[in-house]
This record gives sequence, C-alpha cells and structure tokens, in this order.
Amino acid sequence: MKIGVLALQGAFIEHVQILKKIGVEAVEVRLPEELIPLDGLIIPGGESTTISKLIYIYDFVGPLREFAEKKPLWGTCAGMIVMAGEIAGEIAGESPCLAVMDISVERNAFGRQVDSFEENLFIPELNHGSSEPFPAIFIRAPRLIEARNEARIMVRLKDGTAVGAVQKNLLVTAFHPELSKDDRFHRFFLNLAKAKF
Amino acid sequence: MTDNNSSPTVAGFTVKVGLAQMLKGGVIMDVVTPEQAVIAEKAGAVAVMALERVPADIRKDGGVARMSDPGMIKKIIASVSIPVMAKCRIGHFVEAQILESIGVDYVDESEVLTPADEQYHVEKHRFKIPFVCGCRNLGEALRRIGEGAAMIRTKGEAGTGDVVEAVRHARTVLGEIRRLREMPDEELMTYAKNIGAPYELVRKTKEMGRMPVVNFAAGGIATPADAALMMQIGVDGVFVGSGIFKSGNPAVRAKAIVEATTHYNNPEILAKVSENLGEPMVGISVGSLTEKELLAGRGW
Repeated sequence: MKIGVLALQGAFIEHVQILKKIGVEAVEVRLPEELIPLDGLIIPGGESTTISKLIYIYDFVGPLREFAEKKPLWGTCAGMIVMAGEIAGEIAGESPCLAVMDISVERNAFGRQVDSFEENLFIPELNHGSSEPFPAIFIRAPRLIEARNEARIMVRLKDGTAVGAVQKNLLVTAFHPELSKDDRFHRFFLNLAKAKF
Repeated sequence: MTDNNSSPTVAGFTVKVGLAQMLKGGVIMDVVTPEQAVIAEKAGAVAVMALERVPADIRKDGGVARMSDPGMIKKIIASVSIPVMAKCRIGHFVEAQILESIGVDYVDESEVLTPADEQYHVEKHRFKIPFVCGCRNLGEALRRIGEGAAMIRTKGEAGTGDVVEAVRHARTVLGEIRRLREMPDEELMTYAKNIGAPYELVRKTKEMGRMPVVNFAAGGIATPADAALMMQIGVDGVFVGSGIFKSGNPAVRAKAIVEATTHYNNPEILAKVSENLGEPMVGISVGSLTEKELLAGRGW
C-alpha cells in the first residue's frame, strides 16, 4: 500500500514518519500527477489559506476531487478546512476549497495560539474495546459545526464540541494525530484504505 | 518535552512547538500595515511579522528600535486569519508580556531591535505564548531552547538583502548537528561545555538527529532562489523581512517566494516563478558593513 501526504506546506514530514514507522510506503506529493499511483492521501496540518492557495495555483482541485470519489482521503486541521463543503464565517470572497465532504466547519474556533490545548479523548471506534484515551493536540484548531447526509461525527471533546468526522472513505480531524506518538489514527485510516466503498 | 499537567492542557510546550510545526514549508513575511498583511496573506504567507519598520529601514534610520505600537499590531491581527508574530527586544520581558496580552500568536525575541539587556534573554517558559529566537550556531540555539524558545531561526543579517550570512548560519548549525549525530556519548558533556549549551538538549539533539524544535532561516532572503537555497540546505521554512515590501512588486514577489519554498527542489518551477518579478530590494553587501553595523552579534 502506498499513501501520499500532500506536501505543499505544513507538517507533512510528521505524517510520513508515522506511516513509515508502521510499515507503510509513504511519499510526499507536490504535483497532481503524483496522485496517480496512490492508495490514499493525507492533507496535513499547516496554514489552510496557504495550502488552499497552492492547491489552486498547481491545479490540484479537479484531481483531488476525483481522488476523493474513490480513494481514502484524510485531512488533519488545515486539511479538514480544505475538505469541508462549508466554512462558517468566511472571509469575504473566500469559498470552500475542495468541498468534498458534507461538513460545515469554523476555523480558529477556539481562539488564538494562547488558547491552543491538548486533551485526552476517548474514541470508541479507535480502541477495539480498550479504554486508552487518544492524546489530541489542538493548535489554532477548527471545529465541526455540522455533519450532514453520509458524513457523521466521530469524535467529540468532553464539552461536546465536534472535532472529527467520517464520510465513507473520507476522514477529518480538527486535531493533529501526526504530533502525538500514538499511531492509532493512522492505523484507522489505513483500514479505511483497505475497505471497499 | 511534554507536559505532565492534567488535561486539557493549555499552551504546554508541545502546543507551542506544534504551531511552529504547522508553519513548516512556509514563508513568514514582515509587514508594517494591515494592507501589507492582507497582501502577504493573499500571496500565501503562513504568518506575518508585525513591525513598525522593516529591518532595512531600522538599519537606515538608526536610533533605538523598540517593540511596535500595540494598536498597530492589533489592527494587523484584525485584518488577517493567519498567525501574527511580533518582536520584542532581547531581554525585554515586559514588551513580551504586552505582546502576549494583546493576543499575538508568537513573539520573536529579536536582535533586529536594540537589545534591552546585554547579559540575559527573556525567561520564556513562564509565558503561555510561544517564542522564536535567532541563532548563529548550535550552542546559541540550544541556550535559547533551554530558556523556553519553541522555534529557532538562524539570524543571517537582517535588512541587507544579502543571503550570505543566512547561508553561513544555517550551514554552521546543520553542520554541527551532523557532527553531533556521529559523536560518541562520552564526548557529549565536554561538547556541551564547549558550545555553552545545556547537556540534556545536546543529548536530545543527538537522539533526534535534528534541532529539537522547528528551525527556519532568516536575514537577507530576497528572491525565490534565495528561499529555495535555504530550503535545500536543510531549514524548515523561511522568514522574509525587507525583501518583499522593499521590492518593486511586493504581491508578485511574495507569491513567487511562497511557491519557491514549496517547490524548492524543482528547478523548472523555480525558473518559472523567478520570471518578471520587477526590481528586487536594492540591498547592501554584508562585506561592506563594519562590525558595529552587524545585528547578528546581538544575543548571548
């Protein structure tokens, strides 16, 4: 199995390192033609405005939408904003980038850097019966306002705020599993990549 | 380098370093007005550095360079959605407190401003907000991380448009790390003593095989090729100060430098984005400056 990490900007190396550690072939993707041989793709954390801009400039929109129709795609933090169908409180003139998932998100939903935080989350689908919480790191993070149609909320904070969702082969997390030493989310994504839709 | 506090933990070291990790592969641009901040954001900057004067003007005007007007910084914060950084003087912890209180995302304790303390830097662990600091070598970098810096930038020579010092400092730091990786463990304590760095951080750097926090290049980067050069040498991203808004066409140049930082290994794309950028900043050769005029020597 070969998984790509979109390497336009952000924490792509962290994803590549975790994938390699769990024995998966991982490659950095900077041009659309590099998507072709992949079995799955991760859009990493970074600055969503920068990543979106580079997606437009290098003509990734069409190829990534096509990719999302049949192959697994996971967006962490900025990647979640890039994949969302709707961005609340958008800056004038800015529209959703890929709009491949039926979710509505709010960017910088928790405040500025001083409000960034870590929280241990219990995520039943990740655990196979174990009660080990997942260490989730939120950095100027977005949140999910709503998941519609086939998209459903998969992860919530203790206060109920939605921070992760899944829609068939598509996965989004508002936090950064690539910054934790815990590889369970990456394994969960690989299972999505193995499943048939 | 993790925190033992019970969850949720606000602004622990992991979270401070985490923001810098999100900036990697990106360009942080100096801006002096909200209008410039918007131009930088539209061009794809990952963050802006809010300043009253860019380093080239600080160099030209002389006098004491201080933290910028908080009112001006707040206007810049209100004008963009990307992170906003601002500079405090070396050792001026009250300027840092003020910047933290107005919601700046990162403080740069910077040699570009006139130092407030010629012996001590800010104790950065006690702040909730993360700090970036300059360095010329590994010892200086690890001293700053020991004080709590969550991100490092090699200093270069700000406000010159001459990349030679940025190259020198990045090569020095990365070369020292390469040698440290091969060093037998019994040599680490003496090495730590010799470079004036905390032993634990020397060990950690050896274990990780890289700087323990994100490491950008700064000081003299003025063209897309300069940015790609620094990326190929091995830094995680670049700061561009005077190079953008002291050039003939800031919007076009800013976008080109962003693209060059992503595609730093692709000469065809670098050639394409380097076309028709208009006049670069005029620049000063670092070799023509006297010892007293160099900013990089500030920091202890």
